Amino acid sequence: MNVSRMWTVARTDLKQLVQAKDYWIPMVALGALFFLIVPAILLLTITQIGSVELVSQISNTIKVLPKSAQAQMQGSTPEGKTSFALAVFLFAPVAVVVPLTISTAVGAATIVGERERGTGEFLAHSPASVREIYIGKLIASLIPGYVTTVVGFGLYSILVNVIAGPSVGGWFFPTPQWWVLMFWVIPPFLALTLSIVLRLSARVKSTAAAQQASGLISLPLIMVAYGQSSGALFGASISGWLVGAVAWCIALASLTRGVRSVTRARLLGVANEV
Amino acid sequence: MPIHRRMAVARSLSEPVVALRDVVHRFGDVVALDHLSFTVPDQQITVLLGPNGAGKTTAIRAITGALSPRAGEISTLGADPRTNGDAVRPRCGVVSAKPALYDRLSGYDNLLYSAQLYEVSADGLGERILAAAGRFGIMDALDHQVGGYSTGMKTRLALARSTLHDPDLLLFDEPTSGLDPESAQAVLELIREMTRSGKTVVMCTHLLAEAEGLADHIVIMEAGRCLIEGSPQELRSRYWPTATLILDAEAADQLDRIATWPGVVGYDRSDVARVQLDGFGRIPDLVIGLARDGVRLTRVEPHHPTLEDLYFAVRTEASGTGLSPVVRYANPVLGSSLGSSLDSVTTQGATR
Repeated sequence: MNVSRMWTVARTDLKQLVQAKDYWIPMVALGALFFLIVPAILLLTITQIGSVELVSQISNTIKVLPKSAQAQMQGSTPEGKTSFALAVFLFAPVAVVVPLTISTAVGAATIVGERERGTGEFLAHSPASVREIYIGKLIASLIPGYVTTVVGFGLYSILVNVIAGPSVGGWFFPTPQWWVLMFWVIPPFLALTLSIVLRLSARVKSTAAAQQASGLISLPLIMVAYGQSSGALFGASISGWLVGAVAWCIALASLTRGVRSVTRARLLGVANEV
Repeated sequence: MPIHRRMAVARSLSEPVVALRDVVHRFGDVVALDHLSFTVPDQQITVLLGPNGAGKTTAIRAITGALSPRAGEISTLGADPRTNGDAVRPRCGVVSAKPALYDRLSGYDNLLYSAQLYEVSADGLGERILAAAGRFGIMDALDHQVGGYSTGMKTRLALARSTLHDPDLLLFDEPTSGLDPESAQAVLELIREMTRSGKTVVMCTHLLAEAEGLADHIVIMEAGRCLIEGSPQELRSRYWPTATLILDAEAADQLDRIATWPGVVGYDRSDVARVQLDGFGRIPDLVIGLARDGVRLTRVEPHHPTLEDLYFAVRTEASGTGLSPVVRYANPVLGSSLGSSLDSVTTQGATR
């Protein structure tokens, strides 16, 4: 496989995304909503406004968390514990939902979009192998969602430490489990989802159909990723590594099979091959 | 492109650049290529002529290996694109019926993408892109997004992209579709220029007028088959072996006397007289003879059959017999092509 050509495909797809304001403005808005706006409102409600009812509700929720999760709790006051629980446990799914949603939206259109625009013909006649095209497009679909998540994670870290840090007792975020989640658990879930979404994109006849089918496929995957991510955060320190390792194995197997879904005939969109 | 790749597939100069023999490709139940056979001579413009659905685009796709027909033999630049596409595709430049450009990218970025996929050397790449853009007259629009280009500009950009990596074989699928006459003429002139610089061109079209004067070699296709192929001169001489002269006179019946004159091999008069001669060199003597006999001529018109005449003659013959004549006229340099039936006329029964 020619790595240079693979990166050329990925880079060009990303360049087109950057040009598409109608795509990346909602993407940034989604990241901002989940990583900044909603957490800021909730944490400010607890720490600044001091909503007794909300603190009481969340404190009750904390009691049902696994013992391993409760052992991680920091903060000496109810507000501090509540802020910690919100920041560390309750927003964990956000870190999964954002990249999967964004990358699925990009990935669903990536191959069928080439066909619809007629540019699949250019790729089909080009020297790029179908493997280079597949992996290039996978990377181009993965990067927007993952970069948004990592940037959002960075901003989220600053936000929760600034707002909730004083009541928790200093800078507390990210916890070790969050590092594992961000850089070991989320990437394979993203790769797994995209390997399936790209397969769909190669087979369906329109971008609309790809989006519909991808939604159906990615929703259960988001739920699985949500559950596993929560487990990785709630569980013992090793559980995140285990979840990630299993996810990587499944993702690599799925990626290997996914390469076969892209053929030159499918890039051309000829009748019996789609 | 690296030199070693160019040398990877050795091809004798006497061989055609492309040779298809008995190629069959189906889309489900639809037969797109039905035992298609033809050759593409080196450094010439070969025009694939045929109505919509004749299989021209599928043939182009088979030539580069974008589609892989399961039956028949294909040789492109000395290699089978189905099994050795890596040796074939870098040496081909394709312009498809839709220009296949990325609308959100600038013209420059479209060219850059192609150059990088075809592994054009990074040294002087910028200059090379500018030179290609300049050659096709799109330099001023290079920084603009392609989505804002006119159809003509898109075609020019697609042509520039197809030549950027200096391919040996250029494949153009209806490159003038959607263009105004001036732009179409300019594009055809650019295509003609490419063969002057040693390129081999295969062009699909269903427009007879644009093939006229451009084609060095013609392949007339119908329903996935080749009805006939050869140079325009060869094909015309097959269908019109004699020179045709159209005559008219104030008293048309006075023309009938020439039916038995030397050099006249056929004579027919309805509204005008159509005289078949053994050569156009007979015309001056004919005119002098008639004038000497007092015939007052009102029309003397040597008839040179157009490509359109040829096209319809071929298709009429094919439909008239219910059989598809597969005719190939030998080009001296094509003697060792895949087909051994060169310079022969065979008739192939309809298979469907």
